[in-house]
Amino acid sequence: MDGIHDLGGMHGFGPVEREDNEPPFHARWEAAVVAIMRATRGSVYNIDEFRHGIERMDPAHYLASSYFEHWLDGIARLLAEKGVVDAAELEARTQQFHERPDAPVATPGEATATRRPRIVETSFRAPSAPPGFAVGAAVRTRTLHPAGHTRLPRYARGKRGVIDAHRGCHVFPDTAAHGLGEQPQHVYSVRFEARELWGEAAEPNQRVHLDLWESYLLPA
Amino acid sequence: MGKSHPNVDAYVVSRVRALESLLLEKGLLAPDAVDRVIQRYEAGTGPMLGARAVARAWRDPAYKHRLLQDSPAALGDFGVSYDRLVVVENTPARHNVVVCTLCSCYPWDVMGLPPTWYKMPAYRSRAVSEPRKVLAEFGLVVPPEREIRVWDSSAELRYMVLPMAPAGAERLGEDELAVHVTREALIGVAEVQLPEGGH
Repeated sequence: MDGIHDLGGMHGFGPVEREDNEPPFHARWEAAVVAIMRATRGSVYNIDEFRHGIERMDPAHYLASSYFEHWLDGIARLLAEKGVVDAAELEARTQQFHERPDAPVATPGEATATRRPRIVETSFRAPSAPPGFAVGAAVRTRTLHPAGHTRLPRYARGKRGVIDAHRGCHVFPDTAAHGLGEQPQHVYSVRFEARELWGEAAEPNQRVHLDLWESYLLPA
Repeated sequence: MGKSHPNVDAYVVSRVRALESLLLEKGLLAPDAVDRVIQRYEAGTGPMLGARAVARAWRDPAYKHRLLQDSPAALGDFGVSYDRLVVVENTPARHNVVVCTLCSCYPWDVMGLPPTWYKMPAYRSRAVSEPRKVLAEFGLVVPPEREIRVWDSSAELRYMVLPMAPAGAERLGEDELAVHVTREALIGVAEVQLPEGGH
């Protein structure tokens, strides 16, 4: 989708602001969001559904909120859609904690999950066909505007590039994010001249690499 | 808009606690899950895995070759299983910098938690289109004759920069060197520098 998350090349966000001596987490709730993500990703939703859950945030809220709020918003949306945590149930419980911020999150004797080993997902899959492009081949990206999830950023659509490396065969996010299966494809590191992407505004002597799935590419 | 330190609404904190309590009740979240995340990323001592691999690569040309050509095997030397890292080497002729314009992909297992600026719109929007200006804001001026390669992490591959060894690196051992390899250098927005006057 052509959403607010697709930021490459946009103007107006100002200088990069850095935080001196930034701690790993600014508050406990950030770590709790990470823990919630790790407990539910893989079992309730996949990585592509997770990213698309965030992409569907209200655009104004996306820009005004922090990274871990993005995660929270996306996870809550997916848990509701998957029937795991009802949106009204979450809202009611949120109000309870809002009125009693110091209430414990768990009461003794409640059912508790046993610790599961962390599942480290891999997107690599065995290919069913040889790669369609050779290293060094000239390609052009397709001009796509799917309403759903895609990993071809706006700034790199309809652009000429060169296959720089073969990255293996991987799950296709455009289908995996929508329950349409993994449909693995070959992925390539595609090299673009900055001038092809940004025209006369390009900085000198610069190239951009993107990892792109085969169906995003056409022979040039 | 897109500021790096948004004021977190108390409502957000309440919502996280609510989700945490509901998932605990449903048996989907282990009671110690949050503490374990904090322990992993806050209590972890010593340099990150990526920093140790870089320091070893500077000391050992055979290891450097493996890190660049077969990173899973090179990371395996540290007892870590990670199958998708691509290491890109800085040289006098080329500087590399990593971004994820679509979300904030970053090799957590190799480089720890990403800094907040890496995840904010200013960096994600500009790193691909005006990297020299962005790097200059970090205090890194790359002359025009030195090429810049930007790696936009659009798939499940993850990128780490192998910085150039700093002057004086040959005087230090691997463990001493690793301490000076910063997260910023591994992203490509800084060079590695040793403190003045040796170590």
